[in-house]
Amino acid sequence: MKISAILATKGMNVVTVRPEQSLREAIALLSMHNIGALVVVESGKPVGIISERDIVRRAANSEDIFSASVEDLMTKEVVTGSPQDDLNAVLQTMTDRRFRHLPIVDEGRLVGIVSIGDLVKAQLNEYKGEIDTLQTRISKG
Amino acid sequence: MPTLGTTSNPLRVAIIGSGPAAFYAAEHLMKQAGLVVQIDMFDRLPTPYGLVRFGVAPDHQKIKTVVKVFEKLARQPNFRFYGNVEFGKHLTLADFKEHYHQILYATGAQTDRRMEIPGEDFAGSFPATEFVAWYNGHPDYRHLQFDLSTESVAVVGVGNVAIDVARILSLTPKELAVTDMADYAIEALSQSQVRQVYLLGRRGPAQAAFTNPEIKEVGELEDADALVLPEEAQLDPVSQAELAASNDPTLQKKVEILQEYAQRQPTGKSRKLYIRFLVSPVELFGDANGRVTKMRLVRNTLYKTETGTIRPKPTDQFEELEVGLVFRSVGYRGVPLPEVPFNDKWGVIWNEKGRVIDPATKQPLTGQYTSGWIKRGPSGVIGTNKPDSVETVMCMLEDAQKGATFQPAQPDLGSIDQLVRERQPQFFSFADWLALDKLEVAKGAAQGRPRVKFTSVEDMLAALGRK
Repeated sequence: MKISAILATKGMNVVTVRPEQSLREAIALLSMHNIGALVVVESGKPVGIISERDIVRRAANSEDIFSASVEDLMTKEVVTGSPQDDLNAVLQTMTDRRFRHLPIVDEGRLVGIVSIGDLVKAQLNEYKGEIDTLQTRISKG
Repeated sequence: MPTLGTTSNPLRVAIIGSGPAAFYAAEHLMKQAGLVVQIDMFDRLPTPYGLVRFGVAPDHQKIKTVVKVFEKLARQPNFRFYGNVEFGKHLTLADFKEHYHQILYATGAQTDRRMEIPGEDFAGSFPATEFVAWYNGHPDYRHLQFDLSTESVAVVGVGNVAIDVARILSLTPKELAVTDMADYAIEALSQSQVRQVYLLGRRGPAQAAFTNPEIKEVGELEDADALVLPEEAQLDPVSQAELAASNDPTLQKKVEILQEYAQRQPTGKSRKLYIRFLVSPVELFGDANGRVTKMRLVRNTLYKTETGTIRPKPTDQFEELEVGLVFRSVGYRGVPLPEVPFNDKWGVIWNEKGRVIDPATKQPLTGQYTSGWIKRGPSGVIGTNKPDSVETVMCMLEDAQKGATFQPAQPDLGSIDQLVRERQPQFFSFADWLALDKLEVAKGAAQGRPRVKFTSVEDMLAALGRK
């Protein structure tokens, strides 16, 4: 399965934030959309990613976390994927490298973001589907 | 107004399409405890089951047993089928809004992606889906002609459809005779002069999309040798490492099977089915009559992207393959429906978890839903559509409970039935289908075949005594 199959049913909402925005704003966005990460965008291009984990880590040793800017905290070396990527390969990479959100870029444009939860769900559905097909063949064939 | 989904106000749902995604959605709606639902399923074609009838290979009857599940649903009193009725032609979205609370689009992926290479439109170069629809007796494709007097055929792609096509081209008249393939196709394929079939994959054996049973099957054909070039069966270091790390016995088995084929010598069978890897077509050439004669291929190497996907990269090495027919099977895409927002780039209806959304406002369009390949793109096996349709139905139920549905002025069974009769008198009910099914199966039994298909609307009407 390709990543495009997952993006196809996620609507077209990628919640983004600009580097100069405050962490307070970023947290509000995460909470409002009930998501775990924001893609940091500058003139349409992803320049970073900021996750709840980044925020928690900073909060653990900083009292004035709210006044920090997104740029202060974001991960700058952001790994991006393509809609043509294979689900299983991406899942393996995210597990190995321990990141949970992957912005998807197509022809230089940010077209979506997938979380490890999205990928696991897609893989689970793929397996469920295969099992159902096999069971039907056995019980009805 | 009484509560929606009760005996006095049943939830009325129209489903467009009648393939697996359509039926799995119907199943999930019908099994909701305490919900009174009425389902009308519409298909552009006279017969139900979509790709189970027109896509699944005619020599793979076991895969078709899933229709028993669908048939049981269709026999329920709260289910009706209207075949030969087209959305946007016989009935418009406005008509559906007048008669239903919700509409679900499950129309699948009806066309192929193009290769986007020069010469792609020479005569003799076809989408694989057209060939599949032709041999499966699809009424819209029965008139196509394929020049099977050629000796060599290329099938571009290494998914299950590509391998189906390659296998069908390699069957003997005896193997063909026991299928439910359309009669005209059996006749044409029985006289086929095709000797070489090339299945072309741009990546390596470890990335081929076909499944193990399919690849095993082509190694056991009566009169065709399945062959793999030894140098192409050898895994490159990237794939080798990937395979070792994956710990995936199915994938390891697949590579094993292909490497075993690479050691085989032709046994003198009259056809050869070559499974090629690491090659991409870059151009087709034709003769003075515009018929395809040759294909130019570039050799690829593989590299790993940052996310771990193994991708092909062209080298400067080319080869030429003489071929008289080309079938491309490099992906499928949906066809837009009138008035339904369509993501043209990905070939799917704009949606979020199955709720159709307006791309301008990013908000759901009340009452409209989608499931299956037209929702997520072509992926998976028949059963993959079940969890997909369940996801959509969960949204439908949630919205229905909130009253976020169409507000139909005529939500009764009779008025839509009357409208269909006015707009398309030649519609087919599920009872009609059951009668046709019985006739097809009886005709098949006489010939030792699963069924003999009706392939035109006229024949079906005649068989039912409807002129």
